[in-house]
Amino acid sequence: MSKDVAIIGVGQSAFVRNYEGSIRELAFEAFREAVQDAGISSRDIGASLICSAPEYDKQRSPSGLIAEYLGLNPQPTFMLESVCSSSTTGIRVGYSLIKSGLHDIVLVLGFQKMSEISSADSQERMGRGADIMWEAPFGTMMPAYYAMHAQAHFARYGSTEEDLALIRVKSSKYGVLNEKAVYRKEITLEQALTAPPVSTPLKRFDCCANADGASCIIMAGAARAKEISKKPVWILGLGAATAPMTLTGRDALDGLNCARLAAKQAYEMAGVKPQDIDVAEVHDCFTIAELMAYENLGFAEPGKGVELIREGQTYIGGKIPVNVDGGLLSKGHPIGATGGSQVRTIVLQLRGEAGNIQVPGAEIGLVHNIGGVGIYGNVVIMGR
Amino acid sequence: MGFEKFGRISFTSQTKLSAFVDYLEKGELRATKCKQCGKVFFPPRADCDACLGSDMEWVKIEGTGKLVSFTEAQYAPTGFEADVPYTLALADFDGVRVFGRMSRDVPLDGMKVGMAVKAEVVAMPDGQLTYQFIRL
Ligand SMILES: [Zn+2]
Repeated sequence: MSKDVAIIGVGQSAFVRNYEGSIRELAFEAFREAVQDAGISSRDIGASLICSAPEYDKQRSPSGLIAEYLGLNPQPTFMLESVCSSSTTGIRVGYSLIKSGLHDIVLVLGFQKMSEISSADSQERMGRGADIMWEAPFGTMMPAYYAMHAQAHFARYGSTEEDLALIRVKSSKYGVLNEKAVYRKEITLEQALTAPPVSTPLKRFDCCANADGASCIIMAGAARAKEISKKPVWILGLGAATAPMTLTGRDALDGLNCARLAAKQAYEMAGVKPQDIDVAEVHDCFTIAELMAYENLGFAEPGKGVELIREGQTYIGGKIPVNVDGGLLSKGHPIGATGGSQVRTIVLQLRGEAGNIQVPGAEIGLVHNIGGVGIYGNVVIMGR
Repeated sequence: MGFEKFGRISFTSQTKLSAFVDYLEKGELRATKCKQCGKVFFPPRADCDACLGSDMEWVKIEGTGKLVSFTEAQYAPTGFEADVPYTLALADFDGVRVFGRMSRDVPLDGMKVGMAVKAEVVAMPDGQLTYQFIRL
């Protein structure tokens, strides 16, 4: 287990339906919180990695503009994109910039103002997140792809719509407690089960909401981290893998192979096992995604993930608390900001600063962040 | 040119695979097969990622497939709204997987993972060409 790179500062804007400000101002909210949290100044930051899904940006090459607004000239800056997993891709690149010795402090800023473009434009882009040559011509969209994974999981393992609804019930319970979440109402099992269908078997409450938001993570090398931070949170393991974008190239639809592979790498690098994880943030863009994550991360055997949610084992107090900040389902999913928000939650948990959602004594935490429908998979394991 | 005739809306006009549409016009659904190493590709590819060859032949996708998964979409991206609801499906034809739509003739409650299907070419009223799965 290596302790070479630490997270020394975290920040996040509120995730909201329509942010009344520009992307630079949105980014600044997360930036200010992270820099103040780390107790450094912008001059200390060696490079900034700006993470966003650019199809939502009107500004071309936003990294230049955002680095300027954050006061991060003349340091290097560039954009990183892996759709919904962009900002954990930022963590991976930031780690390597520090480990290589090129920089000793790196900032990862993820943002998305999904309301920057009209809903008609957003509707038009929606279908093009899949292979535009062979799948988009049939009218594909993200919920439909995840729905096909749900149908395959149901068929193979006997999981049900009610199991998925139980995941949303958990998410909503914790969303109520998160002041930065976009959806803060409790949802009952019955409400979740009777909601109108989006793409069968997924219904309205099986899907996360679009949101505007920003996240910011500041990373440092070991020497600087110990010097600056009273409570550095160490990056113990990193994993990243990919799978074909076209569904035809996947072996099976009842799990995400990129997540399995990324998890295996991260566990090996950290020298820990699934049962060593005290708290996890998984990419629950849809309820089925959380169920598959239980299995792909090894918290449950394949097909046994339903037992975790049926027994309440992924609540605080259970075997492995998952998404106790409300997850994407309740927080909202501002594409480029999501991974950084997950990392922030785990950092606060490991510092013992998670307030009313604190998992007592959490020492090792995990983030699972997926780009597209299992195209990109990033897993980050952190420890005190 | 030619590929823009594929699907409800095509987002691609230029590809080395426009013969795919010529075969659809003849009522045939075809995959490509690498002449050098024999690997079969659906969706078709112009280049082989196994042996790096680019000499392909077109082979028919025939016979019975098995439904791998499906979903009935109640919302649609721009341009597909008039089709709602429609069913997207993935089927396996002896190891060659095909993504497409299920025929409207098959009701949702009549679909099951593992059921036998056949692929058939469909000409849409506006002249666009596609294929769909039907129950065997
Ligand atoms: Zn070949």
